[in-house]
Amino acid sequence: MAGLTLRDVGKSYGGLSVMSGLDLDIYDGEFLVLVGPSGCGKSTLLRMIAGLEEITDGTIAIEDTIVNDLPASKRELSMVFQSYALYPHMSVRKNLAFGLQNMKMTKAEVARRVDEAARVLQIEELLERKPRQLSGGQKQRVAIGRAIVREPKLFLFDEPLSNLDAELRVQMRVELASLYAKLGTTMIYVTHDQVEAMTMASRIVVLRKGTIEQVGTPQELYTRPANLFVAGFIGSPKINMFKATASKIADGIHISAPEFEDFEVRGLERTVDDVTICIRPEALVLGGGSIQVTAEIILVEYLGSEILLHAKLPSGATVLLQTSGKEEYARGQNISFGFETSDVHVFDHNGDRVAFTHEEAFA
Amino acid sequence: MKTNVTDMTVRDKNAQIAHEIRLGQKKRARRARIYKHIFLIGMSIVMLYPLFWLFASSLKPENEIFSTLTLWPSEFNWNNYTEGWNALPKSFTVFYMNSAIVTVLSVIGNLLSCSFAAYAFARLQFNGKNLFFALMMMTLMIPYHVVLIPQYVLFLNLGWVDTYLPLVVPRFLASDAFFIFLMVQFFRQLPRELDEAAMIDGCSPYKIYWAIILPLSLPAMGTAAIFSLIWVWEDFLAPLIYLNDIKSYTVPLALRLFLDQEGQSIFGQMFAMSVLSLVPVIVFFIAFQKLIVRGIATSGMK
Ligand SMILES: Nc1ncnc2c1ncn2[C@@H]1O[C@H](COP(=O)(O)OP(=O)(O)O)[C@@H](O)[C@H]1O
Ligand SMILES: [Mg+2]
Repeated sequence: MAGLTLRDVGKSYGGLSVMSGLDLDIYDGEFLVLVGPSGCGKSTLLRMIAGLEEITDGTIAIEDTIVNDLPASKRELSMVFQSYALYPHMSVRKNLAFGLQNMKMTKAEVARRVDEAARVLQIEELLERKPRQLSGGQKQRVAIGRAIVREPKLFLFDEPLSNLDAELRVQMRVELASLYAKLGTTMIYVTHDQVEAMTMASRIVVLRKGTIEQVGTPQELYTRPANLFVAGFIGSPKINMFKATASKIADGIHISAPEFEDFEVRGLERTVDDVTICIRPEALVLGGGSIQVTAEIILVEYLGSEILLHAKLPSGATVLLQTSGKEEYARGQNISFGFETSDVHVFDHNGDRVAFTHEEAFA
Repeated sequence: MKTNVTDMTVRDKNAQIAHEIRLGQKKRARRARIYKHIFLIGMSIVMLYPLFWLFASSLKPENEIFSTLTLWPSEFNWNNYTEGWNALPKSFTVFYMNSAIVTVLSVIGNLLSCSFAAYAFARLQFNGKNLFFALMMMTLMIPYHVVLIPQYVLFLNLGWVDTYLPLVVPRFLASDAFFIFLMVQFFRQLPRELDEAAMIDGCSPYKIYWAIILPLSLPAMGTAAIFSLIWVWEDFLAPLIYLNDIKSYTVPLALRLFLDQEGQSIFGQMFAMSVLSLVPVIVFFIAFQKLIVRGIATSGMK
């Protein structure tokens, strides 16, 4: 097991910088998820940690040893690739054993570890097959098996589930989580799927265009997004955003938005003017809330356990509500709903969170 | 669902039309196929005619070879083969052995050294890579006859003339840019993630070349082996220049000896031996063609 320290890490391809000044501490034994939209540099960051990509600036240290110049083959880590990258000419057994043989391990020990990994991942009956004779889910298991047999200090995953169908993805997510619970090894996991990130992570790193937007536990990211980007990226269904203006009052700020009657949010410290207010769809309560408004339903999404209502406010803006009610809704129907001012996230004109006084400690 | 009578008739009519269209398409496709085959068979005959002529002539009595137009021999002179084998001062057993030595060593040399160089160009980072690659590609454009004399002087000074060394040693030094280019192209289309997975599995670049790249490149190796074998086996010029002693002659050199001699039945025997000299190439081609087909099915990503 190992902790990792990234200091001022930068990467450029040719003259083009894709990442710069990145600082990150990865704790021993945590499940860290790197999440962000496609092209934001998640894979690049992971590959730099793996040693597959040279870093242009800064340092990467594993257990306080700087590994900038250590080749991937010496870093004692395992990686699962998005394409699985199984060796096509080797049987599953050989795929698993290959790395161990390179470690100059005895035949008996190799066999023991391969059998153990095959048992854990339930791929025992596949051991003599070639990769092309496996389904996507089976390849995925073999790829994970190849990673765990080596008993590395650090696991790296690059979107390992993105080639699986939805059902398998959920199943493998659960299995990966229980594998992590069993091994307790540090894992760094890349995904663009915020559901995967939320469900598996000890901590999440949200990346955008090569910079870190926020680092925190899933709860922190959900309840206290550091900026508009994180607020919009984390959480499904997506958060509602409205433009508003704000003015300072004695114990907080006064907000006026065209969509709602004016209201005050207490406990907000800073002086702000143009703001964006965000409210999660589940914080909008049908028939309740202290700030109320009516709207016309334009789309109903029935999901069984919950219903998503897309509605049009008198101002023309659309709003998304999540309700678990058993009532039936129809297009064109008028509904009235509301929210509590404490559920409102306020972001200043730069998109940064305007924090409550009592949460400054987290910012 | 409710169907009424007009629905049914409309559907029947549509099915009828679709059926007719399909029938028409089929007819046209068959006619096109027939024309295509006539054309291809015709071209094949044109291409194969010299081979038929060679084989027929190897069986004809000497006076028939250049005098009749028919391919069919009036009588089958199989003894052109048996007599031709021993007609020269050394038996063809010796020439075949010589050719085999030179060819086998050359093919091995080409495959090892060219794939090694190609791996460096395709996968490794080093200073001046593009420059070296361009230089290598330029050697493709230099005709052999330009380097012939400097090369001869070099080998003469090394004392290698009248040995197989000038024919074999350069093949171990990745001297054939064509094969390097062929393999670079092939290596480049192998997924780089395989290399990376192997790197993480603790492989050095040498180990990646040996355990991952080479086994996955059997199609390219097969192609290179076939070309290499054909070119070396059939090579006439280089053996002519470097081999002086009849004991060390290769098969193509030996075939020419039939022309130097006088006598009646010499052409028939030469053609017979020429036919035999094609056999190893054809056998090898068939054997390695299987390898190429098998190799294509090895892509194992996703
Ligand atoms: N080999 C490369 N050469 C040039 N640009 C690259 C290379 N690899 C990645 N990039 C660029 O770096 C950025 C980050 O890529 P990547 O890390 O793959 O994103 P993702 O978050 O989708 O995994 C992208 O803009 C991509 O175009
Ligand atoms: Mg990626």
